[in-house]
Amino acid sequence: MTLLGLLGGAGWLKPAVVRAQAWNSVAFEAHSVADALKGLGAGEPTRSKDIVFFQTPEIAENGAVVPVGVTSNIPNTESIAILVEKNPNVLAAVFDIPPGTESVIVTRVKMAQSANIYALVRADGRYFLASKDVKVTLGGCGG
Amino acid sequence: MADPMKIRASLVGESTEVKVLMAHEMESGQRKDALGQTIPAWFIQNVTITCNGRTVLSAQWGTAIAKNPFLSFKFKGGAKGDRIAVTWTDNRGDRRSDEATIA
Repeated sequence: MTLLGLLGGAGWLKPAVVRAQAWNSVAFEAHSVADALKGLGAGEPTRSKDIVFFQTPEIAENGAVVPVGVTSNIPNTESIAILVEKNPNVLAAVFDIPPGTESVIVTRVKMAQSANIYALVRADGRYFLASKDVKVTLGGCGG
Repeated sequence: MADPMKIRASLVGESTEVKVLMAHEMESGQRKDALGQTIPAWFIQNVTITCNGRTVLSAQWGTAIAKNPFLSFKFKGGAKGDRIAVTWTDNRGDRRSDEATIA
């Protein structure tokens, strides 16, 4: 019996806590890039020029809505994660890319202040990292 | 119940391009209301997108995805008329599914 099963069986976990889908709370609640990488099991990823940002501005006028596009040209890309360095919680998203799906993702993130946006790619079980510096004129997390 | 998503799926060459716009507050948990009380985090945590039942993308999201989330990606193997279904679940346990067909 798994630990989760034990806890659930003992009634220690509310049903809402036991989710059908995984959500990596350790990584998503991390406050630093290093801790988020650790939470994702990425350790010390290799810097890669085969991860390319597009549609991502140099200067974002509104930190509440910052477009981020990431292309991974690394063969057998299995997932793409987006991290925002100086946000209260640095991990924004993890996209799992099944075979047949292109390793290209576009979304929009919030940025508390000017910071590096990181793209972390898992390919063949190995981790690769690239970053882009984005200046924010107006922060997106405060009141 | 949240408002419907806007889903557009179209064939571009051999790939299907999917664009999704969801209606969700994506409250970060960092903001305070007029009384100085923290507004609790309320955000989509899981997203799954299928084409005729086959998963073509799944995602875990944190609080840093912008309000009314936008998502775009491409996959191979789709055909005109195939059903694209998008499902999200948020941290309150709410969920919503919407469908579109590949045009």
